[in-house]
Amino acid sequence: MCGIVGLYLKNPALESELGALFEPMLIAMTDRGPDSAGFAIYGDEVVDGTKLTLRHEDENYNWEALAELARAELNAEVVWFQNATVAVFKMHCDAPRATAFIEAHASDVLILSAGHSIEILKEVGLPEIIANNFNLKGMKGTHIIGHTRMATESAVTMAGSHPFSTGEDLCLVHNGSLSNHNRLRLELKRQGIHFETDNDSEVAAGYLMHRLQEGDTLKQALENALKDLDGFFTFTIGTRDGFAVVRDPIACKPAVLAETDDYVAMASEYQALTTLPGIENARVWEPEAAKIYVWERT
Amino acid sequence: MKTFDLTTTSLRDINQALHEQSSECTEREWKITGAKGNHNIACGLDQSLSVDIEGHAGYYCAGMNKKAHVVVHGNAGQGVAENMMSGTVRVKGQASQSAGATAHGGLLVIEGDAGARCGISMKGVEIVVGGNVGHMSCFMGQAGALVVCGDAGDALGDSLYETQIFVKGSVSSLGADCIEKEMRQEHLEYLTDLLNRAGVDEDPKDFKRYGSARQLYNFKVDNASAY
Repeated sequence: MCGIVGLYLKNPALESELGALFEPMLIAMTDRGPDSAGFAIYGDEVVDGTKLTLRHEDENYNWEALAELARAELNAEVVWFQNATVAVFKMHCDAPRATAFIEAHASDVLILSAGHSIEILKEVGLPEIIANNFNLKGMKGTHIIGHTRMATESAVTMAGSHPFSTGEDLCLVHNGSLSNHNRLRLELKRQGIHFETDNDSEVAAGYLMHRLQEGDTLKQALENALKDLDGFFTFTIGTRDGFAVVRDPIACKPAVLAETDDYVAMASEYQALTTLPGIENARVWEPEAAKIYVWERT
Repeated sequence: MKTFDLTTTSLRDINQALHEQSSECTEREWKITGAKGNHNIACGLDQSLSVDIEGHAGYYCAGMNKKAHVVVHGNAGQGVAENMMSGTVRVKGQASQSAGATAHGGLLVIEGDAGARCGISMKGVEIVVGGNVGHMSCFMGQAGALVVCGDAGDALGDSLYETQIFVKGSVSSLGADCIEKEMRQEHLEYLTDLLNRAGVDEDPKDFKRYGSARQLYNFKVDNASAY
């Protein structure tokens, strides 16, 4: 069991409240996942350059020294800010150069995400504590997806914490388990997709990244995922401009969607949606099996 | 009428108060507000009570119901009225998967759509769905009836025993050993009565009837020697 939640704003006036609206959704899913929690928030775009979310175990890690080195090595402007164990680096260079620099010069720093818009924040522990540590309720953005984990297949560690990102601005949260992830991981590695863990959900994220790189739209990538992924899953996916929900053809894992003029919200259980404004009059429904639901900014 | 607010009273206390009516009924009418997707609301009732639930209910609402009349003024999560024995459960909105699963008796009315596996392994309950039902509905249904006023998803009535199925709209596909059957006068009369009891305004003549072809292993007398 795990809990997944997502909130995609249609009304820009709510963007300053994204974190405040989302925090109770994540905490409501504590019963489904008390071991670790995390979220991917989209906003504060770096249009010309790359945004990295970096993590170091030591809250007193010298991020400025790393930034200074990056400025010298990459000959690029670097600005950064720290949020608990995580630092967000905005670097005036492309993502491959930015990540290669971190891997080469700071091997003890974990890259949680890379892209223009995405920031992934995650930790081991109760969702409420994690939301507090990162001051989730103060965050702004356009859309956000989150995960609360009840560990079953691997240990309760940072490496096993969700969500995973395997490409620029792509993130996926998963409730369920995949049965053909080992074979698929091998094939994707051959295609150049990089994996950090042995986790099945990371393979799903890597698969989608591969399809998008091949030129698929988000909808096409998910149609292919329904053919190629074996197992049970409810996915909620974030991209730079989009938000999607899909369930496996047997609909093993729960999901509920709600939509108003202001937002689209997804959760494993309706309990996570009850604090949203106007939920009493929202259109609330259960997404159908093997049907792809996509919302994208045009 | 006695009213409970789930945002201020614990679910356990509310269900306990409802259960205490089974030995001696002191209050027939109950209302539960602030459902907010909580699971297991009004489970295990065993008295002729009328219970109105305001808001969307979570999993297993009115599960194991006996005698009581429960109305959910909203949607219901997985397994609404699962293993119901008698009484009635009405969902004004939609229901998630496994509605009425394994239920032995009573009447379950879902005014909107029901998800996958509606009436899975039903054993005598009557289920009337105003909208559509998802895939694998009535799987291994043993007795009772499922009425679908909209469309049915894939593998309807797979491995069916004696449950009767009536569908007004389309059926994506029939499950193993489920076939369309002739709608005779006795079936029209039964369906007319059931729709009336469910308070659903539909013409019974618009429905098709489906049931078991009785061709699977357990229907063959030749296999009796295995036991």
